[in-house]
Amino acid sequence: MIKNPYFRERIAFTLLFIATAIVVLPVICILFFIVKEGWHAISWEFLSQMPRKGMREGGIFPAIVGTLYLVFGTLVFALPLGILSAIYLSEYAKDNFLTRMVKLAIINLAGVPSVVYGLFGLGIFVVFLKFGSSLLAGSMTLAIMVLPIIITTTREALDSVPQSFRQVSYSLGVSKWDTIRHVVLPHALPGILTGMILAVSRAAGETAPILFTVAAFYLPRLPKSIFDQAMALPYHLYVISTQVPNIKLEVRYGTALVLLMIVLSLNLIAIIVRAHFRKKRKW
Amino acid sequence: MSAIIQTRNFNLFYGTFHALKDVNIDIPKNMITSMIGPSGCGKSTLLRAYNRMNDLLEDVSVNGEVIVDGKNVNDPGMDLVELRKKVGMVFQRPNPFPLSVAENVLFSVKIHRSAAPKEYGDIIEKSLKAVDLWDGLKDKLNTSALNLSLEQQQRLCIARLLPVKPDILLMDEPCSALDPIATGHIEELMHHLKANYTIVIVTHNMQQAARVSDYTAYLYLGNLIEYDLTKKIFTVPKDRRTEDYLSGKFG
Repeated sequence: MIKNPYFRERIAFTLLFIATAIVVLPVICILFFIVKEGWHAISWEFLSQMPRKGMREGGIFPAIVGTLYLVFGTLVFALPLGILSAIYLSEYAKDNFLTRMVKLAIINLAGVPSVVYGLFGLGIFVVFLKFGSSLLAGSMTLAIMVLPIIITTTREALDSVPQSFRQVSYSLGVSKWDTIRHVVLPHALPGILTGMILAVSRAAGETAPILFTVAAFYLPRLPKSIFDQAMALPYHLYVISTQVPNIKLEVRYGTALVLLMIVLSLNLIAIIVRAHFRKKRKW
Repeated sequence: MSAIIQTRNFNLFYGTFHALKDVNIDIPKNMITSMIGPSGCGKSTLLRAYNRMNDLLEDVSVNGEVIVDGKNVNDPGMDLVELRKKVGMVFQRPNPFPLSVAENVLFSVKIHRSAAPKEYGDIIEKSLKAVDLWDGLKDKLNTSALNLSLEQQQRLCIARLLPVKPDILLMDEPCSALDPIATGHIEELMHHLKANYTIVIVTHNMQQAARVSDYTAYLYLGNLIEYDLTKKIFTVPKDRRTEDYLSGKFG
């Protein structure tokens, strides 16, 4: 019976299926729970109004805007810097001890706890560079946090472009930089967008890095400039969940649901763009 | 004969491995020259020395001269972009970009900005006609090149070279991924191209060398053993080692 290959096949299949189910189940539960508890709170007023009466009434508009600003600011700093340095590391840097150490360090940076980035941002941007607690300081701190993600995924995307494409391009008298611009980067774009998706999710969802660098506890107006403080959804969620008593449960879940929807819709846009590019250049 | 490529006492090393040893060979203009020899003999390496594609490998060092059109390509001041425009290359596996047929032909034109967009149509037509693809593909210019047959892909790769206006075409086993009929077609194409281009072909296939080339070079373990008119090499080889290889005693 045990020797029967079909039987062993079934056991293997069942094990793999159960493992996947165990992974997927919590995600579905979380989503279900947040939607079930939170969707009553969602209304046009909730999305578009300033919070009132110590956040017990009104909406979460400034937190939504603050989060969008922060995500945008993070990408402004992290995307160019991350992509350019990834190009350097993958295409130009010689494979020696120093380069390998730099690559290893970047990978390890992804594992640094986010509160450490928060403290770093406080020390450098808020205090030393005197940006104060501001959108600028917060965006830069988040950018540093997501840089390793962007660099690592971009490098993987660059490395996965077949070497033969580069050879052909060189053999046609195209310089190295033009080859990177016209051959390598277009084909690596879907992979780079994947890195961007991960970076957006991370930047939108983290609390610790913005805690000391930008987040306002209660600021019922929109930020006026990049040197202004702002509310942000993850921190707002933390505040109304632990710091302010007597807030309705559905408001907390509603806030979580909005955060979730923002991240999902940003990801969806990137995924659609990626699918578009994948279809155009497939090999 | 007038030589368009002159190779003088050329040595090439991969690290400490001596891959080409004192090679002296003159490639005549508007002829087809084939390089034959067993695997690892250095024939592809020699071919790649002519457009300096060996530069892409690490740890390659050379000495001696490779003179293309009067210029030593190993000079430190050599402009690789100019060299590679003059010396085009066709690879072993057909390797069109995953773009449309038209985009493949226009690839170099767009990057080098060598023509105005209104000339694109002419360039595509001329290039595809030169490789006998025009009649079959003129209505499919926007389909992906990857949907073509291997033979068509290899033809397209040759067509992609032509807008760069090279003088020399290096072909590194261009038919080894093709079936015999497609191989015959590509060989025919090479005969047509000979009028305007100098062709150097590396091949594993001795019959192919005999069929297509005017001159044949036999390399073995990094040495150029014999180089002469193809007719002579295949009928009265001077060197014993050439004779053994051609008669199939080893290889």
